[in-house]
Amino acid sequence: MKNKANVVIIGGGVVGCSIAYNLAKKGVKDVVLLEKSYLSSGATGRCGAGVRQQWGTKQNCLLASESMHIFEHFEDILQIKRDIELKQKGYLLLAYSDKELEQFKKNIVVQHSLNIPSILLTPKEAKEIVSDLNIEKLVGAAYCAKDGHANPFQVTLGYAEAAQRLGVEINKFTEVKDIITKNNTALGVQTNKGFIECKKVVVAAGGWTQNIVKMAGLDLPIYSERHEILVTESVKNVLDPMLMSFSYNIYCQQEPNGSFIMGYGPENEPPSYNMESSWEFLETMSKKATWLLPPLKNIRVIRQWAGLYNISPDRQPIVSQINQLEGLYVACGFSGHGFMLAPAVGILMADIVTGDQLTYNVILDLERFNRGEIIEEPSVV
Amino acid sequence: MDENKVIICRCEDVTLKEIRDAIREGFTTVEEIKRVTRSGMGPCQGKTCGLLIAKEISQMTGKPMEEIELQSIRPPYGGITFEEVTKGTVMENDK
Ligand SMILES: Cc1cc2nc3c(=O)[nH]c(=O)nc-3n(C[C@H](O)[C@H](O)[C@H](O)COP(=O)(O)OP(=O)(O)OC[C@H]3O[C@@H](n4cnc5c(N)ncnc54)[C@H](O)[C@@H]3O)c2cc1C
Repeated sequence: MKNKANVVIIGGGVVGCSIAYNLAKKGVKDVVLLEKSYLSSGATGRCGAGVRQQWGTKQNCLLASESMHIFEHFEDILQIKRDIELKQKGYLLLAYSDKELEQFKKNIVVQHSLNIPSILLTPKEAKEIVSDLNIEKLVGAAYCAKDGHANPFQVTLGYAEAAQRLGVEINKFTEVKDIITKNNTALGVQTNKGFIECKKVVVAAGGWTQNIVKMAGLDLPIYSERHEILVTESVKNVLDPMLMSFSYNIYCQQEPNGSFIMGYGPENEPPSYNMESSWEFLETMSKKATWLLPPLKNIRVIRQWAGLYNISPDRQPIVSQINQLEGLYVACGFSGHGFMLAPAVGILMADIVTGDQLTYNVILDLERFNRGEIIEEPSVV
Repeated sequence: MDENKVIICRCEDVTLKEIRDAIREGFTTVEEIKRVTRSGMGPCQGKTCGLLIAKEISQMTGKPMEEIELQSIRPPYGGITFEEVTKGTVMENDK
């Protein structure tokens, strides 16, 4: 392990690996990435891995569609051989009230301004896309055929491999224990395998980010929350798009290998680092899933697990430098959409760290909360 | 022995060759190999392949078997249908 670096990135999830690759691609030398376990062992390897462009704010639409473009050309852009199993069979967003449908209509106007090919559907048209769908109480739906799913392990490993090829040093099973500072400037990081002196520290540690920033004596307005998820045995392909409802609170899709993967947002879940599975989740999920797709009643659940959402005050990402400490940067607060935004976030963070003009016209800095500029994204799970 | 013909993970059809390639690529824990090859992701959750993979890791890296962690076994251990879970509970028929 190097004991001196230009930039140290903490966290080997999809965001940290994307940042590492994009920094190296910009020509930054001596980038070191540290991961306390194996790559994608955090939220990335536990997520639903859905990728959607149907958002309600212009900047989320922009980041999601730019990221989708990168997923679509992943092997060419990164110049690697790794199949990320991109599946573009759409996202079908379900509306159970007129109010929800009205919101979808407004979102579609924003999406169309960025050429995202989304459309509004009647319940009958939704059923033509998913024949097993229970359309009782359904008022309408929004659909974008280009949304979908990608394999989160392969995407993360792809970024890691491409980063290494460009000279990034990746140290797995290396835990950051402290950030050393002097005169409000970062000087380096202490790990369980030694000290690394560096000019810049980028924290991309998912649900643990607030703890790491605390090592430098700072508080961030973010917290972590358990989200559970399960997977079924694999069966023949019957569900093309990701099914999602904000009000019924569910997401469910069939992966390319045939297993269904699904979850919902917990209610009254206290902030914590708990990643245990619960019986209550399995029971509620079973009811929700079989109500939505009745034929699922005969399918076997084979595994359930949990991961952490990292949540900011407006449930939107913070991709920012930290003004109070020279040389400290964070990419966190991704709620349930950090995987699908990671390609664009890596580019943004590389711009911020190198002091270049931002590639995308977006506002994700930490200071927005002090300025009272909350991002009002209506379509967040 | 033809590595291509030896199946290590029966649920996901992963061969000995694929496991050895992953170890050669630097994935030297059962959890990592699970993620790159899908071994252990099927219905038996690696009850058979987990140990076999650990043995390969041990042989190829020289790390003693006792030091190799097996994959996490997750609930619901046996594989249960949604209907079996919901049976007996009152179905709320509001969405
Ligand atoms: C159940 C669930 C479903 C989801 N579904 C989706 C979805 O469908 N689509 C989507 O886009 N997003 C989804 N998400 C969100 C997505 O998973 C996250 O936003 C994204 O993975 C965040 O990536 P990350 O790299 O920031 O964090 P992580 O993947 O958590 O990576 C952070 C890494 O930092 C490491 N680390 C922590 N502390 C230290 C330390 N001290 N030293 C060194 N390393 C350290 C951790 O081990 C970890 O590997 C879901 C999340 C969950 C939990």
